Amino acid sequence: MAKLPDTIENLVARFGPRLQTEPPDGWQPIGEADRLVKTHCCFCGQQCGIQLKVKDNQVVGFEPWEDFPFNKGKLCPKGVKRYMQNAHPDRLLAPLERVEGRGFREIGWDGALDRVAEEMKRIQSAHGNDAFALLTGASLTNEKAYLMGKFARVALRTANIDYNGRLCMVSAGAASKKVFGVDRSANPWSDIPRAEVLLIAGANIAECAPITTDYVWQARENGAKIIVLDPRLTPLSRTVDLFIPVRPGGDIGVFNAMLHVMIRRGWIDRRFIAAHTAGWEAVEKAVEKYTPEYGAKIAGVPASMIVKAAELWGPARTSFLMHARGIEHHSKGVDNCLAALNLVVGSGRIGREGCGYAMITGQGNGQGAREQGQKCDQLPGSRDVENPEHRKYIASVWGVSEDSIPHKGLSAVPLLEAIHDGRIKGLLLICFNPLVSLPDQNFIRAALERLEFFAVIDFFLSETARHADLVLPGSLMEEDEGTTTNVEGRVIHHKKAVDPPPGAREDWRIICDLAARLGVRDKFAYASTAEIFEELRVASKGGISDYSGITWEKIDERMGVFWPCPSPGHPGTPRLYEGGRFGHPDGKAHPQPVEWRPAAEEADAEYPIILTTGRTVAHYLSGTQTRRIGGLVAQTPEPWCEIHPRLAAKLGIADGEFVRVESRRGSLVVPARLVTTIRPDTVFVPYHWPLDRAANRATIRAIDPVSNIPEFKICAVRVQRVERPDDPVARLEPQAGGLL
Amino acid sequence: MSELAFFIDYSRCIGCRACVQACEECDTHRGRSLIHLERLDEHDSVQTAPQVCMHCKDPICARVCPADAIKQTSDGVTQSALTPRCIGCSNCVLACPFGVPNYYGGIDQMMKCDYCYDRTSAGKRPMCATVCPSQALAFTTLEEIEQTRKGTAINRWVFGGETVETKVFVVVPQDTREVRVDLVQLGGRNHEPFDVAALLEGSP
Repeated sequence: MAKLPDTIENLVARFGPRLQTEPPDGWQPIGEADRLVKTHCCFCGQQCGIQLKVKDNQVVGFEPWEDFPFNKGKLCPKGVKRYMQNAHPDRLLAPLERVEGRGFREIGWDGALDRVAEEMKRIQSAHGNDAFALLTGASLTNEKAYLMGKFARVALRTANIDYNGRLCMVSAGAASKKVFGVDRSANPWSDIPRAEVLLIAGANIAECAPITTDYVWQARENGAKIIVLDPRLTPLSRTVDLFIPVRPGGDIGVFNAMLHVMIRRGWIDRRFIAAHTAGWEAVEKAVEKYTPEYGAKIAGVPASMIVKAAELWGPARTSFLMHARGIEHHSKGVDNCLAALNLVVGSGRIGREGCGYAMITGQGNGQGAREQGQKCDQLPGSRDVENPEHRKYIASVWGVSEDSIPHKGLSAVPLLEAIHDGRIKGLLLICFNPLVSLPDQNFIRAALERLEFFAVIDFFLSETARHADLVLPGSLMEEDEGTTTNVEGRVIHHKKAVDPPPGAREDWRIICDLAARLGVRDKFAYASTAEIFEELRVASKGGISDYSGITWEKIDERMGVFWPCPSPGHPGTPRLYEGGRFGHPDGKAHPQPVEWRPAAEEADAEYPIILTTGRTVAHYLSGTQTRRIGGLVAQTPEPWCEIHPRLAAKLGIADGEFVRVESRRGSLVVPARLVTTIRPDTVFVPYHWPLDRAANRATIRAIDPVSNIPEFKICAVRVQRVERPDDPVARLEPQAGGLL
Repeated sequence: MSELAFFIDYSRCIGCRACVQACEECDTHRGRSLIHLERLDEHDSVQTAPQVCMHCKDPICARVCPADAIKQTSDGVTQSALTPRCIGCSNCVLACPFGVPNYYGGIDQMMKCDYCYDRTSAGKRPMCATVCPSQALAFTTLEEIEQTRKGTAINRWVFGGETVETKVFVVVPQDTREVRVDLVQLGGRNHEPFDVAALLEGSP
């Protein structure tokens, strides 16, 4: 029973999102803090170093951490205000049980854990182990990500565990693995300023990875040329050498035609291709027809832009490719990345100083959380859940039989579909807010409403947690200790700053207590997260993402350690593929031929406009955290729809008027913002908000066949002017889904 | 190693407002952000510009203050108006060529960026320039700027007939010696317009 137990207004009144606008003791000077805790920001995959100011077991402020080499004290607005969520009025301080028609009542921990375990057993004995699923998150520490994977396979023995990194890094990861055999950015960020040319494809660095801006500008100061591909003129695009306003989904037209020009003009490193790659001929053959004119038609830009891009990229001596969700959130997301990587392989510029590429991870532990075995197809150490050798090794680490480890389960979107059609009856969710973040929101809500039992671990009552039968109050990053792995592949140490508030518990303790109730206490008998990390080191040993030589002490000494780090004396590996040795068994790179294909849903006569979605700098992902912080909500209180004035004129829409953005699946109403910085055939809505303000009401549930990432970046909509809505949801405060 | 100084490089700004959020975390004016971040024209540009107090060597705000409430420290930092002296007349607000001082009715006082004096006087960098992700705001040495940036750092402004020298530098294209702000420029377009539709029609 996962329907809302009360009206949205009542739930919002009791559980928020409300705003924390001031530090715990108001805005008075802090004076001397009890201590400064060197740790990291929890918002986004860059994981900037920050020092939290702690006074009386509360986080009361911050001080920049200028010695941490990645960000040297720099922080974006989210980092500056992250400390505001610690003493927040919305914190959940007791387990909550759903009461039909009345919302939630507080219950004791023992009863709550007993009930979750009983429901798990009941559902699994009635419908099979796989009928109970887990959905987890990429903002969890490595230790918690490892624990969730083990909990699924050892305690629940369900195949169905997946995580919200499925909405984030899987296209990039799958492409990198195919071509280079490893799913990690190839270089440390210190290589960016050493490149002569940067290609930034589908990455709004200024808003989604702000700290990276300084690395890009350093490259420019050193004389680098910069190319940006984006349907919108983002802040970085304003001053770069070449901005290509590509049509959403048209990226392959640019990449393949750039490669076509490079081949014609002799800008291919033939010696590198011969010595270090396998399969290049097929790539050349595939791009034969991609003349600049042909590519331009696909990309929806002038052919001259593509030629210029090739002229900037082709003959350079050093280069760096950066890509992110803009090319990855597609039903051809993997192919988009493969086509971009062909530009790296063809130039031979990888594995050297100033030469390589990076995928810009979005979530807090976007890199590490995809290596520890909480993906439906993976075991720890980035191992394959279907590989007999991998299964045997992990079974030995866990002390279970190999055949007891379930095989590959469903990824996030098919998993929700299985809930919708009744194959999955029970769900435990942590660190995931699908009722903002998944596409086709009306379907997702209908799916959740069909669950027989739904439990959520979270520190705030997210929009999704409102639907739960039972909510277990968990902990914030600063209330626990562990590691994450940043955008560069650098494993870093999150220090505990304060205890969880009374009533809330560390997430890992909740999981271990549930495991004990499921009869596997001995397999989850950890006294601390340090012990989980020690087991993770062993489990990762010999895997691609080998952490076995990393200790927390070594991380502190060296300001992070890059994996692979296979032995205690090993310094870590900041730059992969030095000497042209790649991750495949043959040591070669395996470039893949790519053919463009249309999106799952292109614009048509009925729905003539492309909707693309993305992020804004003041908010993090589904907004569960940042929509509760006053300063960030003041900076960006509500979503909007960016429309080019030419399109707006045709539709009779003026700046600031309300528009309904409607697809075949649902609609949202937001104010229009008329800007000349977007393509006239495309509108943009940022996705951090819920309910009638959710961009994902309109987006499509189409997924990439390889990575299973949803196509957040393209769907067909119509846009019409409407009166300002005046309904109960519209009357909520904007952070809750209302309007200003 | 020479003295640390404040530099603004407008070409780097990405408008993220980390400076605005961080400014209010400064202990001397906690809860009140004193930096300005201008969005020049959101309809046809993403251009933004941060504005801290430039700390004029001969501060105009102090010169026009009838209550002698605005003081400059011996190291050249112009402070917010002194609480017991400020009469809230806003002469300073009107006179400042950079538009920096703000009058706050609730406390009947002018407050402005004070170079994070509690931090800079104790050897720390100002909040805004420390956190700035793009380093459009930087607190470093002139040598460091000259070695790592293409532009040149200047601190001479000419407003019509009046020349102003400031403690804070701006990074401008090489060969620029001073920033001229003539009357003829006022009222004109002060930002670069962009139109993606035009880009798609023309050649880059």
